[in-house]
Amino acid sequence: MTDTVSIKGPDSTGVKPLVEIQGVHKLFGDHHVLKGIDMTVNRGEVSVIIGPSGSGKSTLLRCINLLETISAGRIYVHDDLIGFRDVNGKLHDLNTKQIAAQRREIGMVFQRFNLFPHKTALQNVIEAPTQVKRQSKAAAKLKALELLEMVGLSDRANFYPSQLSGGQQQRVAIARALAMEPELMLFDEPTSALDPELVGDVLQVMKDLAKSGMTMIVVTHEIGFAREVGDTLTFMDAGVVVESGNPREIIANPQHHRTKEFLSRVL
Amino acid sequence: MSRLSRRNTASIKAADLELIDATPVRHPWRWVGAAVILLVAALAIQSMTTNPKFYWGTFRTYLFDVLVIQGVGWTLILTVSSMVIAIVLAILLAFMRQSENPLFRYVSWVWVWFFRGTPVYTQLLFWGSIGALYPKIIVGVPFGPELFSWDTATVINATVAAIVGLGLNESAYLAEIFRAGLKSVDNGQMEAAEALGMRRSKVMWRIILPQAMRVIIPPTGNETIGMLKTTSLVLAVPFTLDLTFVTNALASRTFLPIPLLMVAAFWYLLITSVLMVGQYYVERHFGKGVDNVMKAPVQATAAAGAAHTAPPATTDGTTEGGKP
Repeated sequence: MTDTVSIKGPDSTGVKPLVEIQGVHKLFGDHHVLKGIDMTVNRGEVSVIIGPSGSGKSTLLRCINLLETISAGRIYVHDDLIGFRDVNGKLHDLNTKQIAAQRREIGMVFQRFNLFPHKTALQNVIEAPTQVKRQSKAAAKLKALELLEMVGLSDRANFYPSQLSGGQQQRVAIARALAMEPELMLFDEPTSALDPELVGDVLQVMKDLAKSGMTMIVVTHEIGFAREVGDTLTFMDAGVVVESGNPREIIANPQHHRTKEFLSRVL
Repeated sequence: MSRLSRRNTASIKAADLELIDATPVRHPWRWVGAAVILLVAALAIQSMTTNPKFYWGTFRTYLFDVLVIQGVGWTLILTVSSMVIAIVLAILLAFMRQSENPLFRYVSWVWVWFFRGTPVYTQLLFWGSIGALYPKIIVGVPFGPELFSWDTATVINATVAAIVGLGLNESAYLAEIFRAGLKSVDNGQMEAAEALGMRRSKVMWRIILPQAMRVIIPPTGNETIGMLKTTSLVLAVPFTLDLTFVTNALASRTFLPIPLLMVAAFWYLLITSVLMVGQYYVERHFGKGVDNVMKAPVQATAAAGAAHTAPPATTDGTTEGGKP
């Protein structure tokens, strides 16, 4: 039922972007957090979002994954209208089953890892494939061990999260999200809760992932990562996109004074 | 030179170190306290052994009396069955209370309000007299034909009435304990699981509840031990086979209440002790990954060691839950 024609986004020609964010607003009561965000992310692209805290960048990410519901505008991922069903121009809420189905295509990595503490690293990774995709335990394990190998933690498969460092936990969290084979990966300040010496390993995994062609939206304070890996850089402040474009150009030569001010503080 | 000396410091063996041998702080008042406690204990033992009104001979006669042992059995049956009913209902009520469905939330709230708000003794009296209220249980179409019917007294006999009465009452208290446990789990857990595409019911059952159990078990153990003693109220039904009723009956028959109270106390204490041992193991199970893991060998050498002990990809299901 999710793939009826009515759910498709507006038609256009040529290569369609994987993510289309159109005029998105988000209100928490009277608090206007997102004030008309437009953004597109093409398949295989790494889109980095930076900005001061409270600028709405995490909220935008959470809206894409339906952890928040947008107040106005549209978000399309892979032509699917996120969160709603469009019936002749009138939007209807999706039911929980449809929401869960949309989320399966989108992986998310959180600032505070949010690993399941009562499960080992391996059990964390196979949880969704076995429970949601109904994969056999053996197949899921095989795939999970591959993913743990990829993030450099195959020797920690049977460790509980409390036995892992923050950087290791975050890499398990990345493996856990990848186990669902998402089309899009969202990173919400993935290195902000880490000790400085642990940041590098996580960024390396993300770089490898970008190189493998994964479409990624990354909210971060790591300007170096944005410069090196990012295909586009978006600077957000106070709920609007202030500046957006090639990361190297923006970092070297910011056009807007707010971008300049922010970069001068974090660089 | 400095490099050399640094290497020397690093290579000092633990055995060569001059370990600190500090004099510990003295606690003379602890000895005084211990002496007082010993004295009080000795007085208690002396009075219990020398006071003939304890009738220890009678205590010994009735301790393993058939009626008493049967009473212990019935008390255990009542405790376990009513707690099982209460736990199942409490999980359901707690999930309903956290549900997005307002009807579920409301029903759960009213249930807790009612069963917590009336005395368990009153509820037991009610279940005991339900046969008078509804002599027959009839399944049928409203205002239409009746399909099945039973005598209430045969379906809800004294045992059923006692178990249902105790279980429903307890479910209200446990529901609040379970609700507190569910709320104690970090919100990020729900978000992470939902972001993986898991449905809410599955998240509650597989992710939230197992973590909440760490918080839920201690007060639930408390409630179970409380229930053991609350079963003595089933004479309201009236149910007359439990430990308290039996020992009271024997006491009035022998005109010796004290030794039979001692018999009851002995058995309640013994069962409580067994329950506490059980609780220890249940707590240990649900604390896995949090309370009882070896602290992390984060260093590379330890990791290499773990890599050798960790089972490779080809092993069967035994990897699951394995501890390093």
